Amino acid sequence: MSRTLRYREALREAMIEEMERDPNVFLMGEEVGHYQGAYKVTEGILEKFGEKRVIDTPIAEGGFAGLGIGAAMVGLRPIVEFMTWNFSAVAFDQILNNAAKVRQMSGGQYTCPIVFRGPNASARQVGSQHSHAMEHFYTHVPGLKVIAPAFAADAKGLMKTAIRDNNPVLVMESETLYNTKGEVPDDQGPIPFGVANVVRTGKDVTIVAYSRMTHVALEAAEKLAKLGVSAEVIDLRTLRPLDEDTIVASVKKTHRCVTVHEGWPYGGVGAEISDRVQRLAFDYLDAPILRVASLDVPMPYNAKLEQQCMPQPERVVDTVLRVVHRG
Amino acid sequence: MAHEGPPVDTDHLARLYRQMFLIRRCEEEAARAYAMGKIGGFLHLYIGQEAVGVGALAALESKDHVVTTYRDHGIALAKGMTARAMMAELFGKETGCSKGLGGSMHMFDAANGMHGGYGIIGGHIPLAAGIAFASKYKEDGGVTLCFFGDGAVPIAGFHEGIGLAALWKLPIVFICENNEYSMGTPLSRTLPTSEVANYARGYGIPSDRFVAEDVLEVERRIGEAVKLAREANIPTLVEVKTYRFRGHSMSDPGKYRTPEEVEARKQRDPLFRARTQLELHWDMARLDALEASVEEEVADAVKFADESPEPTAELLAPTTYDGPFAS
Ligand SMILES: Cc1ncc(C[n+]2csc(CCOP(=O)(O)OP(=O)(O)O)c2C)c(N)n1
Ligand SMILES: [Mg+2]
Repeated sequence: MSRTLRYREALREAMIEEMERDPNVFLMGEEVGHYQGAYKVTEGILEKFGEKRVIDTPIAEGGFAGLGIGAAMVGLRPIVEFMTWNFSAVAFDQILNNAAKVRQMSGGQYTCPIVFRGPNASARQVGSQHSHAMEHFYTHVPGLKVIAPAFAADAKGLMKTAIRDNNPVLVMESETLYNTKGEVPDDQGPIPFGVANVVRTGKDVTIVAYSRMTHVALEAAEKLAKLGVSAEVIDLRTLRPLDEDTIVASVKKTHRCVTVHEGWPYGGVGAEISDRVQRLAFDYLDAPILRVASLDVPMPYNAKLEQQCMPQPERVVDTVLRVVHRG
Repeated sequence: MAHEGPPVDTDHLARLYRQMFLIRRCEEEAARAYAMGKIGGFLHLYIGQEAVGVGALAALESKDHVVTTYRDHGIALAKGMTARAMMAELFGKETGCSKGLGGSMHMFDAANGMHGGYGIIGGHIPLAAGIAFASKYKEDGGVTLCFFGDGAVPIAGFHEGIGLAALWKLPIVFICENNEYSMGTPLSRTLPTSEVANYARGYGIPSDRFVAEDVLEVERRIGEAVKLAREANIPTLVEVKTYRFRGHSMSDPGKYRTPEEVEARKQRDPLFRARTQLELHWDMARLDALEASVEEEVADAVKFADESPEPTAELLAPTTYDGPFAS
């Protein structure tokens, strides 16, 4: 049996079920309680669990991220919401230097079971300071796990895994996905990290995406089918750990690969995938691996320019046509 | 609050009233344009707080500097930006103050010493200290006003910016526009003290605290702090009590305030207060003419914004780097 849930409801259910399961799990962030969440992900949670476990913070990301890390080191399991991941930049030092390092620099004496979550990447016309795809910064860091679900069921299952994981896990959600609906099994349990999904099978090219870009890739694949190109679409679901086996198996079949993500092209998740594919499937490749990313500039406010900067299905189609030598 | 300064200079009061009225009307038209989809992203209105920006900036000389948050339209206008440049920026047009690339939260007008609206809470406070540092370095006698909300007080940028300005005796005035809420959270749940001005003590700088209902009083009180900054390089932390009549942004339903509370504050609208003061000295025909000239200016700005061309992608490279694009 399953139900249709919105992405935000799936996340909320995962948090509620895990908070019911473990009294050490608590939720903290700006406007998560009384205001019911800036994007309503945490709606009703304060009423359910009370102010001890659902804590409205002042605007002090460095402070409450650090406080969460400290609490996690001695046995609590905080879920820290960033109103958006853009504001995690203020807490970057805490995540980089404390959350990711405390285990190793203590010789393994500590674990840091903390979840940082919130909407990531572009919204609509919110300008350069509010449109960052932060996963590229964080996937760089050993000690952190980074996940980026695209569908409601994955949002629920991966969030549960994140909360039960003994390491810092960063959950990249998406403002533009919160309202999307999907089927979620009634007994949706934790989904293991490091397992990608083939969300569309095909034989001519492998498109690797995650989060909102999975939907963009699927839209592109639909258009490509009309042009006679059969695209396989992989939804990574988790970025670190990265399921290279699924990617490589697909590329061995299709011989071509295009990555799609928001955020800039210099370095980042697409570059990481390109490296692995050329290393692990070099002899199978019939074309260079191409990457579709946001344009290499800060995000402009103007609506048309913003759309131009963001990866669109059309740009994915054009890029795929280039690797299948039809463009 | 009795005004104890010299007798009212009515021409001056009329100029300030005109600025406040211009801001109010621009904001109202911006709200309408937002509802029509002509403005996108976040839109934070200054309605209710006009006396703070207008009064404070009246205490400056034209060579002085201003830095503020994302709630920046009113302050940009008060610093001399044209209504056309402001409105066109909101509409995302090339004729906007930031060429349509910045949007509502990022109003810049370098020629007028308006060094921007910034979107990350607290991030602009050390930056403002840097502008004051440059004035001292260049010995040009310039003073910087740095505006921020009550919500910025808990974040590191506030403390680091003020700490450095105090330590290095910089010509700056820190103005906290305390409108009692940061988004949906009342001050009582973000600060351990009810007075923002208290924070000055730890940094060894003077403070002031007053209600912004009389624009002339705001000018006089900020003027004292500006004098200290200009003549003695002493920074001041000024807490100005104010209130926003609208939601935090256009998407905020504002359920955290009762309609009675908002209504009671609207009864003490500083704009009406200035008008009432002016009515004592001016006949209605003159006031009507002044207001009609504002209506014309606003209508012209909206028309100009609507008819202006959009920025094109050629702008992106030269606004990302000065000199050759380094990718
Ligand atoms: C570092 C950071 N965290 C969170 C936000 C999201 N945010 C934008 S405005 C705001 C409330 C700010 O309130 P206040 O400083 O009182 O200013 P006001 O809006 O009342 O003018 C929040 C939480 C942000 N912009 N930056
Ligand atoms: Mg405020």
